[in-house]
Amino acid sequence: MPAAVLASGLSKSFEGRRGVVTALDKLDLTVPEGTIHGLLGPNGAGKTTVVRILSTLLKPDAGRAEVFGFDVEKDAWRVRATIGLTGQDAAVDRVMTGRENLRMFGRLFGLSKRAAAARADELLQRFDLDGAADRQVKTYSGGMRRRLDLAASLMARPRLIFLDEPTTGLDPRSRIQVWGLVRELREEGTTILLTTQYLEEADQLADSLSVIDHGRVIKNGTPDELKAEVGPDWVDVTLVDSADFDTATEVLRGKLGVEPVVDLEAMRVRAPVSDGDTIADMLYPLKDAGVAVSDVALRRPTLDDVFLAVTGRSGEPASNDRTRAAKGARIPTKGGR
Amino acid sequence: MVAVTADLRDSTAQAPRRGLPWWLTGASEMARRNIRQILRSPQLVMFGLIQPVMFILLFSVVFGGAVEVPGGDYTQYLLPGIFVQMVLFGSVAGTTMGVAMDMQDGIMDRFRSMPISRSSVLVGRTLSEILRTVVSLFVMVVVGMIIGFRFLGGFLPAVGGVALLLFFGLALSWLGALIGVSASGPQSAQQVGLIWMFPFSFLSSAFVPTASMPDWLRVYADHTPMTTSVDALRGLFTGTPAGDDVLLTLAWSVGIIVVSAPLAVRKYGSRSR
Repeated sequence: MPAAVLASGLSKSFEGRRGVVTALDKLDLTVPEGTIHGLLGPNGAGKTTVVRILSTLLKPDAGRAEVFGFDVEKDAWRVRATIGLTGQDAAVDRVMTGRENLRMFGRLFGLSKRAAAARADELLQRFDLDGAADRQVKTYSGGMRRRLDLAASLMARPRLIFLDEPTTGLDPRSRIQVWGLVRELREEGTTILLTTQYLEEADQLADSLSVIDHGRVIKNGTPDELKAEVGPDWVDVTLVDSADFDTATEVLRGKLGVEPVVDLEAMRVRAPVSDGDTIADMLYPLKDAGVAVSDVALRRPTLDDVFLAVTGRSGEPASNDRTRAAKGARIPTKGGR
Repeated sequence: MVAVTADLRDSTAQAPRRGLPWWLTGASEMARRNIRQILRSPQLVMFGLIQPVMFILLFSVVFGGAVEVPGGDYTQYLLPGIFVQMVLFGSVAGTTMGVAMDMQDGIMDRFRSMPISRSSVLVGRTLSEILRTVVSLFVMVVVGMIIGFRFLGGFLPAVGGVALLLFFGLALSWLGALIGVSASGPQSAQQVGLIWMFPFSFLSSAFVPTASMPDWLRVYADHTPMTTSVDALRGLFTGTPAGDDVLLTLAWSVGIIVVSAPLAVRKYGSRSR
């Protein structure tokens, strides 16, 4: 059984306005069948270029790639019959209804009229779109459009699906819905290559990960291995009164069994936490000890931290106004691929 | 789980089909898509119905009294010119914009990542654009007849003229498709890809006889396919000899298709954003 994806030495550069931009630099990638593999990296790292080459949209300058043993250049036709592609923009027709879109893509994938209609109904129901099936897609919300887009790639039951940043721009509820669908697909045996800028998304979905930077894979591993490399989550406790520093430090030390870091300037005590520790576990003892707390936050490692750990530098060099949310921090970027 | 496994094995996609029936499925699905877009878009009413009527009325009222034309009847002279111009402003503009928007949209990427013949995508679109011309032609003929236009050449030449117009329109739609795939997006398609239609349609015999133009311009205006096609339609619809112009228009149409269709398909296939 050949691997779902086998790529070696992929290189690709583009003529940009400021000279030649190297998008891929001898990239190697293996994705075993039946798994979810994540390509993790900042914008411009080359993730989309990998997907475009593997989905036959782009020819590499050097190197070769196979999908289920079919060469993406020489056997492009067979590769196309095997894959489904869900890109960053919802690639569906806005003027047609959801049902019409799915039937059309089904027919174009080679299903008979009856099979296309039946499969469309099945997917509309499964993707919670049956209520909107006969409305024009332009009336859909972003999340609905993304689900329809995913359904369109599934019409012919592809063995391999490319999900290029499937949840970028979605609200949290839609994001969780898409994650659920992706997991179901894997349950059914579909191989999935996922690109994402969100460490949390990779952590939630992927069986294995490749961290990409400047067109190369700089790290392969499971999400747990990567997280171990990054280090644990941290709890940040912000105090109201500097007189409470000693008590707070003592409480956290007793609770977590590690030595907390004190940041006097930020009025903050920080400590690494282990799995299973919750904010409540820390908040109540602090309260019992009479410590006035203005904020407690569990800071998860972000993609930025992964980059810092793996490369020793931040994912995006020239950016200092980065705001880190507690979850799924996104690295701001300046276009390009 | 057993059912699911069986489900996966049943994948139709494992053995991709090729050949003519497969190509026809692709082209007809693309044509259906485009027809839906045409019928559901407000542009059909605007550019397919209101604009032709407006042009007919404006030109016949404004120029009708001032322009001396062979035969003396300006309405009879004008209508074939408007027919061809509205093919440009309708189907050809529609193809250019539609293709340019698709390229921008990401839906082309999906099509290109699927086992569909690349030519069938564009063939489906250019063929279905004929519908737009048929709708606006019907409206133009009705309005024309109200203000005095008649098919004086008989039934068969009239049918032949309509067929010639549709074929010429198809050829120009391929040119529109080529412009659409070459444009960097819908905006540049609109700015650069449509502007040529004004000089192309006006520098011809469509609205005034070329005899009134300066000599240097006549060299072009007498030989442009715009003049050739309009004169061919005039001959067929009025009942005057049109043989050479009909043949020339057919030759132009075939020539335009032979040059622009392969280029458009190739450009569409190799395009990478």
